[in-house]
Amino acid sequence: MKLRVNGTAHAMPEKIDPATPLLWVLRDELGLVGSKYGCGIGQCGACTVHVGNLPVKSCLMPVGSLGDAEVTTIEGLAKGGELTALQQAWIEFDVPQCGYCQAGQIMAASALLEETHSPSDEQIHAALSGNLCRCGTYARISAAIKAAGKQLALNGGVTSEALS
Amino acid sequence: MKPWNKAHPLHLALREQLEPSSNQANQTLTTPSRRTVFKLAGLTGLGLGLGLGFALAPRNAAASTDSKSDGLEPNGYVHIAADGRIRIYAPNPEIGQGVKTSMPIIVAAELGANWDDVVVEQAPVDSVRFGRQSAGGSTSILRAMESLRRAGATARLMLESAAAAKWQVPIDELRTESSRVTHQASGRMASFAELSEAASKQAVPNVDHLVAEPRKDFSLGGKRITGVDNYALVVGEPLFGIDQQLPGMRYATYTKCPAPGGLVESFNRDEVLSFPGVEDAFAVEPWGSVWDLRSGVAIVADSTWHAIQAKRGLDIEWDLFDAADDDVEASLRAALALEGQSGPIEVEVRGDAEAAYQSAEHKLVASYAYPFLSHAQLEPQNCTAWHKGDQNGIEIWAPSQTIQMGRAMTAQMLGLAREQVLVHQTRAGGGFGRRLANDYMLEAAAIAQRIEAPVKLQWTREDDMACGHYRAAGVHHFRAGVKADGRLASFQNHHVSFTADGEKPVHGGGYRRGEFPALAARDIKVTQTLLPFDTPMGFWRAPGSNGIAFANQSFLHELSVAAGRDHNEFLLELLDNHPVTGDGPWNFDPRRAKGVLQALARRERELSSSVSMTKLGEAQRRAQGVAFYFSHAGYVAINADVSVSTDRQLKVHQVLVSVDVGPIVHESGAKNQCEGSVIDAMSTLMGLEITCREGCAEQENFHAYPLGRIAITPQVIDVTFVDSGAASSGLGEPVFPPVAPAICNAIFNATGQRLRRFPLVRFGYSYA
Repeated sequence: MKLRVNGTAHAMPEKIDPATPLLWVLRDELGLVGSKYGCGIGQCGACTVHVGNLPVKSCLMPVGSLGDAEVTTIEGLAKGGELTALQQAWIEFDVPQCGYCQAGQIMAASALLEETHSPSDEQIHAALSGNLCRCGTYARISAAIKAAGKQLALNGGVTSEALS
Repeated sequence: MKPWNKAHPLHLALREQLEPSSNQANQTLTTPSRRTVFKLAGLTGLGLGLGLGFALAPRNAAASTDSKSDGLEPNGYVHIAADGRIRIYAPNPEIGQGVKTSMPIIVAAELGANWDDVVVEQAPVDSVRFGRQSAGGSTSILRAMESLRRAGATARLMLESAAAAKWQVPIDELRTESSRVTHQASGRMASFAELSEAASKQAVPNVDHLVAEPRKDFSLGGKRITGVDNYALVVGEPLFGIDQQLPGMRYATYTKCPAPGGLVESFNRDEVLSFPGVEDAFAVEPWGSVWDLRSGVAIVADSTWHAIQAKRGLDIEWDLFDAADDDVEASLRAALALEGQSGPIEVEVRGDAEAAYQSAEHKLVASYAYPFLSHAQLEPQNCTAWHKGDQNGIEIWAPSQTIQMGRAMTAQMLGLAREQVLVHQTRAGGGFGRRLANDYMLEAAAIAQRIEAPVKLQWTREDDMACGHYRAAGVHHFRAGVKADGRLASFQNHHVSFTADGEKPVHGGGYRRGEFPALAARDIKVTQTLLPFDTPMGFWRAPGSNGIAFANQSFLHELSVAAGRDHNEFLLELLDNHPVTGDGPWNFDPRRAKGVLQALARRERELSSSVSMTKLGEAQRRAQGVAFYFSHAGYVAINADVSVSTDRQLKVHQVLVSVDVGPIVHESGAKNQCEGSVIDAMSTLMGLEITCREGCAEQENFHAYPLGRIAITPQVIDVTFVDSGAASSGLGEPVFPPVAPAICNAIFNATGQRLRRFPLVRFGYSYA
């Protein structure tokens, strides 16, 4: 069994049962601990990763079902070490409080921005409805997504205008 | 009292710290770390070298491994390298309240640093250097302010002394900002990098005069500062307890009886050992109280998943002889049945409240209730421990709010000297008070002692919700009267809470003497009844305050409505009639409460002209509601603007937050706490409740404990900071309590329906 994560193909040790949730393979086998465990039943979204371009709850995704699909985790979002507009906006808007849910929020938001650069509140709420933030950073999450979307539309880095 | 409910002395000491004002009218704040800072400063100031400060405590792997052999290190908090890089240690645990950013800002402001030159590191756990390193009760800023300011001021004065000597100018002609010392008259300027070496040879100065007055400006030149871990968070770097990885690490789960106090009698060990990846399984004897190490079964495996899978196959025979058999519904029914009575414990009784009630023009009787709550911090409890033999002790990585207490208890439990327990505090994925206990640390230590490898203990969400230290439920029976002239005539509140030992209220179950509005009325009677309850209850976010605020602030609105008064005027008048109860941040100051209410009203007027009101159909009604509260040294007033549809769909459009916690240290972080508290309170008000039957919590995971999701976010959360001249204090908790009553008062104004119990789902409400 092989697993493609963030552009690298990993051979899975034999002990890995194909039914093992992707989350635990990422965390315990590959050392990619950015994706978090929060509930194990797909309710909180802290484990959200991309499979292909789609956001997926990795705590419910059997690793054996992935085939050749490319998995992207929070660690693989910045290509070549350069932060995406969304990650930059996240820092500038100072979104995190405890920070635990944020990787999942960013992955869900990042998938949304693949679809549209100017999401409405309703679209943001729908796309992120599966991601709990216990600290309540939702207002800043929405603001950061919108600013990053504007920036993507302009095809540049986050500017102070976008942040105001 | 159940024997397992007898609290460890350290828990009792913690409670004293967290409830500084409970039943004590005039307790003043102490800053115990002041002496510590002097001691350290004195040592390094003798020119004995920079290592001495560290030699007092074992070097900790969490500290930087960079060379510290050069530059200026006048105390435990700050190091200025020869290249000008400023390292500031964040002493307290980061649980989402922002202290890893705000506490270093205080040092940097006093130092005159350019924030771009600052690198913040989580401090090693070291009470000699940092005093108490904990997070709880919104006390970090208040308690540590002086130590942090002294640390920065000492370093600045040593840099200035070096510049004064170099340039042969009087030190009071120097200015320090943006990591530079300047002498304006001669136009000379030197960077911290240039001065650090000479500064390290200066005598450590007395900085009393520099920190005598509260500091007002923490703006660091106006640069916008964001959380110091933000970059690491957005790229997924390991930061949290759960992220610890060590070579050869094993993975463990620990299963306790869902009814507290239940003991393992036997379990299907052979079957568990046959599960894939399982390496060991054993029962662990309890130690300490129910807050510490509970009886349970440990499973050790080669991965978290294998440990969780085997846990699901566990079949444990429990000895329930002495276990809790609490029933929440029955307890709340018993509490509600006390309506019309007063309690045996007199919290505050003055005048003749009953006679004043009988002669009042407007008489009101009402009962309020709120439920038990889980902390539901998003990172389930975990701890990594590495037992290296009785000679070498144990090393622990834990997302604890009280790691020093955890260390002391671990040492006691394992029979080790405290120095043999090396602890590292990790970032915590939320705390909300649940990590004030160290049960997960003691469990990990007990498991680690049995295996020859580092081990990471992982609780499942189900463990976390089943083995909570719940926020205490409560019931308030009010009886009050308003005179014909619209003034409060009589106030009676019978607070029904719970007790585990038959004497003291449970954590968060106390009622503060002087709690508003008692002292604003001449005839008052505040009493308590404590019903027995064995399930452990713990500190939550403003645990007692948020229940009491909901009840008191809602009932005050009932009174102003009954008297036909404008609610804001009614509250301001009560505050005018309320005495100032004493000095110090823990004592209620009615002037500061008035300040936030008046600022709230001004802000509402400002915004009402600019905010476009959504056009609502016939089926929806819209109104605003106001509430305020004082807790954790902070004063907060809330205006909530809501609409309610005929099918009880609630929409919170706008929430105005008016806050006086003194000068703001980190503006973005402070606003984030306000915004988050509003969302947290909305989430709690609508849907959250833990019920127990036969001692076991009935909610298992988030499907049954529905935290609010992004769609509940109000369109506007507007924050106004009021500066009344008081010292800066914490903001993790005080915004939460007044939010729910403001919303419920708004719902009443919109619909005429008074909601006296939450969660509101009980009444068929939901967020639109």
